[in-house]
Amino acid sequence: MSIRANFQAELNKLKEMILELGDQALNAVGQSIEALKTQDLDKALKIIENDGQINFLEEEINDKAILLIAQQAPVAIDLRRVIVAIKISSDLERVGDLAVNIAKSVIRIGTKPLIKPIEEIPRIAEKANKMVADSLKAYNDEDVEFAKKVAKLDDEIDEAYGRLIQELLELMTQKPEYTAQITQLSFICRHVERVADHSTNISEHLLYLVKGRRYDLND
Amino acid sequence: MAVLTENKQKFVQGTNRNTETTEVEKKIVYDTKNLNLWYGEGHALKDINLKIAENEVTAIIGPSGCGKSTYLKTLNRMVELIPIVRTSGEILYREKNIFDKSFKVEALRTNVGMVFQKPNPFPKSIYDNIAYGPRVHGIRDKKILDEIVEKSLRGAAIWNEVKDRLKENAYGMSGGQQQRLCIARCLAIEPDVILMDEPTSALDPISTLKVEELVQELKKNYSIIIVTHNMQQAARISDKTAFFLSGEVIEFTDTSKMFSNPDKKETEDYITGRFG
Repeated sequence: MSIRANFQAELNKLKEMILELGDQALNAVGQSIEALKTQDLDKALKIIENDGQINFLEEEINDKAILLIAQQAPVAIDLRRVIVAIKISSDLERVGDLAVNIAKSVIRIGTKPLIKPIEEIPRIAEKANKMVADSLKAYNDEDVEFAKKVAKLDDEIDEAYGRLIQELLELMTQKPEYTAQITQLSFICRHVERVADHSTNISEHLLYLVKGRRYDLND
Repeated sequence: MAVLTENKQKFVQGTNRNTETTEVEKKIVYDTKNLNLWYGEGHALKDINLKIAENEVTAIIGPSGCGKSTYLKTLNRMVELIPIVRTSGEILYREKNIFDKSFKVEALRTNVGMVFQKPNPFPKSIYDNIAYGPRVHGIRDKKILDEIVEKSLRGAAIWNEVKDRLKENAYGMSGGQQQRLCIARCLAIEPDVILMDEPTSALDPISTLKVEELVQELKKNYSIIIVTHNMQQAARISDKTAFFLSGEVIEFTDTSKMFSNPDKKETEDYITGRFG
């Protein structure tokens, strides 16, 4: 048995909890977009209800991290592992909140037919979700190069978001009776764009974990 | 103006988190150059190069047998008490090589006090423990001795606990008090440097914290070099840390860097408890 095998096992457990939280948050975003596509209000409600579970898991991660600091007095990379777990879980909890925001917009849009087919939103949402999943993969493998690559994709999302908003604004002037719906769709676009931003944050946290220095990947 | 510059310096350091901070040039107390030491055939210290700065706490850490205590005992030439020891290289104390024939070891030990792992008070009264050194140096005046005793005990943060029983035997004190008494005894000869060899390893946690607080206080007036097995202690109280391994200095850097992001893999493995 190596020295500090128990501590190592606890660190591994912390990582597993982060990945579990990631799965749940990403699933919530996916479901919220599904609810938008099908205008399924029950599904949207369910996402709002399930958010408590995501918040609970984030708190559990924080509690475990605090306990590990108190019990194990970690230093250097071990300390960064614990701190980064707290930070990433906070980002993932926010991703969960964004799914809730999308679900709320879906409910506000209701069952009135959508102004136009909205393939572009799910397409971007899928990309944003994949970014979060990939940044978590980079975190799991502690793969700095992959994390940087993932963060670069954020530009594409930002660009698509800009285009979508422009398009929605134009529609608003053409069909003012759809103003309320278009406003909600714009919110959804904004939330999706924010999901990708959290992926970039996660990549930055991973870089800090490995390198012990802070990076800004938004440049 | 000086304060302004200092604050500015801090500001600059605070904002440039990712760049190496620029050091304000500190005076060097000990400059060790290519020091090697052998116990008979055993090569205990290998090409040690360390600069120890004034009014700082320098911690030396490393696993058992890494040479850290040997190095500490070389700084006041106590290591010479072991007949089979040979050394090469230089240790400059205030720019003078302590190995030079002209360098008086008594003068060195007057300037460099030492505190050991186990408290070692003399079997005398508290007062006489402190007055011992000054008396050896020829001070006989009762009033002056009284002043030295009070000042030293205050300096070691133990005056209030013992001021009413200065005539009692030091052996009646608790371990933590005895250790602070030994620090006070060391202060009585007004040293320049204090060497501490695991000064808290025989103490309870509260006494340990008191000694740690004391070290922080003492560094305003003294330069302190402390060997410790307790890495958290090194992290808490030192400005610089040297990591020794198998007689070599693996890394010597700011303590904040050492415990947050060390350069060397061996250092990280040791401080995170992955070997040792």
